[in-house]
Amino acid sequence: MISLTHFLIISAALFCIGLYMVLTKSNAIQVLIGIELILNAAILNLVAFGRFDKIQNNGQTFAIFAIVLAAATTAVALAIILNVYRKYKTIEPDKIDQLKD
Amino acid sequence: MNLTTVLFYIMAFITLGSALFVAYSGSLVRSVFMFFITLFGLAGLYVFALADFVAITQIVIYVGGILVLILFAFMLSNKETLSTLKHQSTTFIGFKNWPSLILAVLFFVVMVSVIFKAMPDKLTWVNNAVADKNVFKATDITTTNLGINLMTRYLLPFEAISILLLMVLVGAAHLSRKEGGQ
Repeated sequence: MISLTHFLIISAALFCIGLYMVLTKSNAIQVLIGIELILNAAILNLVAFGRFDKIQNNGQTFAIFAIVLAAATTAVALAIILNVYRKYKTIEPDKIDQLKD
Repeated sequence: MNLTTVLFYIMAFITLGSALFVAYSGSLVRSVFMFFITLFGLAGLYVFALADFVAITQIVIYVGGILVLILFAFMLSNKETLSTLKHQSTTFIGFKNWPSLILAVLFFVVMVSVIFKAMPDKLTWVNNAVADKNVFKATDITTTNLGINLMTRYLLPFEAISILLLMVLVGAAHLSRKEGGQ
């Protein structure tokens, strides 16, 4: 079948693309998509190693929990972005630099 | 070089290509729609790793839940939000972000060298698992295995994650309420 190294290299590439998006994008929703890419790279890693663990099934179960947690994270993050937009009237991360008085 | 390997390379190329497009494009709409393709490509890669239930879960929750939520969040925004986004999409990024690009490329080089040095195909526990026939085969039914494990070995995380989802529901609804008077 497909060797483990192929999956790990694809996972590393997705992680670095997500890292680039988190560092450079000037729109909070694109930063959120970058975070989702990083999470997906980690889940691919889990699933690739989970093939060799049939009895306890650590890899695939943890992958399912990670997908559910990513959904919860995105929901709360979008609610926070909505609140930030209501207060600062912008969603660029560079312009939101004031602490609450 | 049989058909399985060729299909795997095509799926990996589609996933990485669409992820690069998501990272490169300046407009938010194109990013979100190309991210659809990335998530479907990733589901295909999970099938190649013999995790078909995780692939279906990814499509249902990630594509059908998270991405639709992101689409709703900015499509139903009012015109001021969209005009801000439109202004950013016409700004040409260029190579103003070359420190981040160098950082991402160097981090990728570090990770690939670590992967090759660790030699994951020759790990002890992997070899033991292959010798004990502890490996998933293509004809196994993963749903039964996952169901039994979720109800016996992972019952506590299962219940904890259901309480966490309740907290997230209540929290997100409370965070995005309308203030009195608006």
